[in-house]
Amino acid sequence: MLTIATGNKAVADAVKDARPEVVAAYPITPQTEIVEQIANYVASGELGSRYIPVESEHSAMAACIGASATGVRAFTATSSHGLVYMCEMLHWAVGARLPIVMANANRALGPGWNIWAEHTDSLSMRDTGWLQVYVGSVQEAYDATLMAFRIAEHTNVLLPVMVNLDGFALTHITQPLETVDPGDFIPPMELPHAIDITNPVGYGTLTPPGEYYKFRWDIERSMRSAAGVIEETQAEFGKRFGRRYGATEEYRCEDAEVIVVAMGTLGKEMEIAVDTLRSEGMKVGSMRIRWFRPFPDLDLEGREVVVIDRDYSFGFGGIVAHAISSKYDVSIYSVIAGLGGQEVTYDDIAGFVRDRRPGEEFWFGVDA
Amino acid sequence: MYEIRLHSRGGQGGVTAAKMLALAAIREGKFATACPFYGAERRGAPVVSYIRIDDAPIKVYSQIRQPDLVIVLDMSVMETVDVLQGIREDGRVLINSPHPVDMQGHPTYHVDLTGIALSLNLVIAGSPILNTPLMGALAKMGFVSFDSVKDAIEETFSDERNVAAAKLAYEGLGQ
Amino acid sequence: MADIPKEEFIFKTTSACAGCSSSLCLRHILKAAGPDSVLVVPACCTSVIQGIYPNTAFNIPVYNVAFAAAAAVASGMSTAFRAAGRKTNVICYAGDGGTVDIGIQALSGALERGTDFLYICYDNEAYSNTGMQRSGGTPLGAVTTTTPGGKSEGKKDLDLIVEAHNPPYMATACSAYPLDLYKKVKKALSIEGPKFIHILAPCPPGWRFPADKTVEMGKLAVRTGMWILYEREHGELTISGASKNAMRKPLPIEEYIGKQGRFKNIDQRSIAILEQQVAHNIARITREAEGIC
Repeated sequence: MLTIATGNKAVADAVKDARPEVVAAYPITPQTEIVEQIANYVASGELGSRYIPVESEHSAMAACIGASATGVRAFTATSSHGLVYMCEMLHWAVGARLPIVMANANRALGPGWNIWAEHTDSLSMRDTGWLQVYVGSVQEAYDATLMAFRIAEHTNVLLPVMVNLDGFALTHITQPLETVDPGDFIPPMELPHAIDITNPVGYGTLTPPGEYYKFRWDIERSMRSAAGVIEETQAEFGKRFGRRYGATEEYRCEDAEVIVVAMGTLGKEMEIAVDTLRSEGMKVGSMRIRWFRPFPDLDLEGREVVVIDRDYSFGFGGIVAHAISSKYDVSIYSVIAGLGGQEVTYDDIAGFVRDRRPGEEFWFGVDA
Repeated sequence: MYEIRLHSRGGQGGVTAAKMLALAAIREGKFATACPFYGAERRGAPVVSYIRIDDAPIKVYSQIRQPDLVIVLDMSVMETVDVLQGIREDGRVLINSPHPVDMQGHPTYHVDLTGIALSLNLVIAGSPILNTPLMGALAKMGFVSFDSVKDAIEETFSDERNVAAAKLAYEGLGQ
Repeated sequence: MADIPKEEFIFKTTSACAGCSSSLCLRHILKAAGPDSVLVVPACCTSVIQGIYPNTAFNIPVYNVAFAAAAAVASGMSTAFRAAGRKTNVICYAGDGGTVDIGIQALSGALERGTDFLYICYDNEAYSNTGMQRSGGTPLGAVTTTTPGGKSEGKKDLDLIVEAHNPPYMATACSAYPLDLYKKVKKALSIEGPKFIHILAPCPPGWRFPADKTVEMGKLAVRTGMWILYEREHGELTISGASKNAMRKPLPIEEYIGKQGRFKNIDQRSIAILEQQVAHNIARITREAEGIC
């Protein structure tokens, strides 16, 4: 059904269509519409979930863990401070091998208080073992959330999935949305280690040095399988519902000599910059990274790369830029732009590419 | 692509107006995006919404810098906000006002949205509903058809007075 | 009245909503506290009311902190000040969400440790700063954006929780009675150890009443007995003036809840429960004031 929706509502609509048994909800700007809309769906009966209005984000994840551990589908949503407040429980959800799905409205971290888009919140949690996808449109927010449940619950994955959308820049923007009837696209959840009173076991008990590493390897093994599960899920989605997604979204990259890389809404806006630069004769293309964990294979060999990081790792550098440089032998111009919702337009992006200095780092608004 | 910037105050329905216009455009087979720009929830604070309408999918997310149309739902915001900033040379202005207003030579349309709302008692929690009559004015200006506006209003609100308000604004638009 | 200092610490340039209780309260709280004070403010309306960098509307040091952390930060700050021999007032100023939900652990810890600070909770009975979602402080039957059908649980009794920690001073107040609040803050700051003041802060956009009715709403809360004004100093209870009459002859609660859009669809059963709670609280506080327990 074609309608309009904000990024937040698109997530809520996907949750309604995925039918989790339990939703834990704690409000934080700019995610509030997600938990409010789900509350409406539960109140009206359109969604038969149990809605737990928890008292903090740490408790939101804890409640999801408790619910998921019984073998039912659980969902929550958060942003920035809420995400990092539940950091301990993010690690826990992974170690407990629970296929929880969470939407994260990417937002900057204070002080000072800043409620606008930045990716440092989720990227600072990249080591937890959560799968992470970054969406660039309202439609994609809906589609990715639906797919997240299927991917998380896949027998070769059984890891939680975080769906990231730019705070305000995508959460609050209204665009066309086509919802679907998932049918059996998301099969019923089957958690092999669900609590079973007929088979009592201890979960997460004291694990000595001779055993613990095996669990960590198990997580990594599933993370490696996840790449294939993601590909298969996206292919199936395309087949059933007509919209095809890859680990990245590439635009005019085929004969490109320069590729500009970004995530989120900047990754869409940069396509306009690509068109402008192409009309100036530059052979340039754009690559929007969607899946950050597991980190995908990227077709960058032999090209110059301009990476726009809407994030930063202090004392080190742009997180996306360094993820790429650690895997590929390419020259990178690392642009740091968009922090705290800093306005970055397609003209700015075209300028980054025109003025690129390979091997250097450029802080938009600071450096000349 | 047509770019519209809408100035209002928190609580006046400016954000909903932007969404309804986007919906009306989409029902006509166009592409549209609507985006509010505001901080934490603050009733009464100036709010800006952006609407873009195009025949092709819209990839722009950044703020509108050169609007083709500026809408002012509450003239008092002009005391602290430069509503004409960046407006195109041939850009038009639409103001919620019973009288004509001079906006630095730009073609300026006016309609008494507040008066229309009050005449129909279309008031919620003390605030007149401005966004539905606004839709009628925008239809008269040619952005979307009145039928699409009617559909968008009916999808958003159940009270029939909203369509009546749009009709009054359609008929009452002045320049 | 003549004793209230003229000096203002909040300038007329806040970003508060029209009719905001919090601004009204803070104006009087800071007059009582004076310039040798630091406000510790977690995420709440007041975070935004201060204004936008590089400006601030508050002429007092304000330390903004993470949502869960106010009382813990205050604990550290007060300890450091006292270690340096300074008597600076450390005052937490937090909403209901940041106190009774996400902030309860830190508050409980600070109280238990006997932290020398004043914790003020201004209670507008929802997460107002983020758009009126329900909190543990939202009353039964109230509509919020996450309780579209009205809250089905009662209001968490924050005062009983604080009382269980035996602080040397605790009080309730209401934005409609600024003089009473001023006196309570002055009294509190003259006492060493953890002090707690719980202020009812009617919120026009959240409770859905016109912005010029804030004071009227606060008075109705007290006159119906839905909010009782008292102070407890070293365990001894004194009922505040405005509540004395109210407790003898409370107005029907409909006089209060009937004027708020958030209670528009409240059912009779919930009203009955609220009435019972009012009667119970009045009886309990009356017995305590008379020395019967």
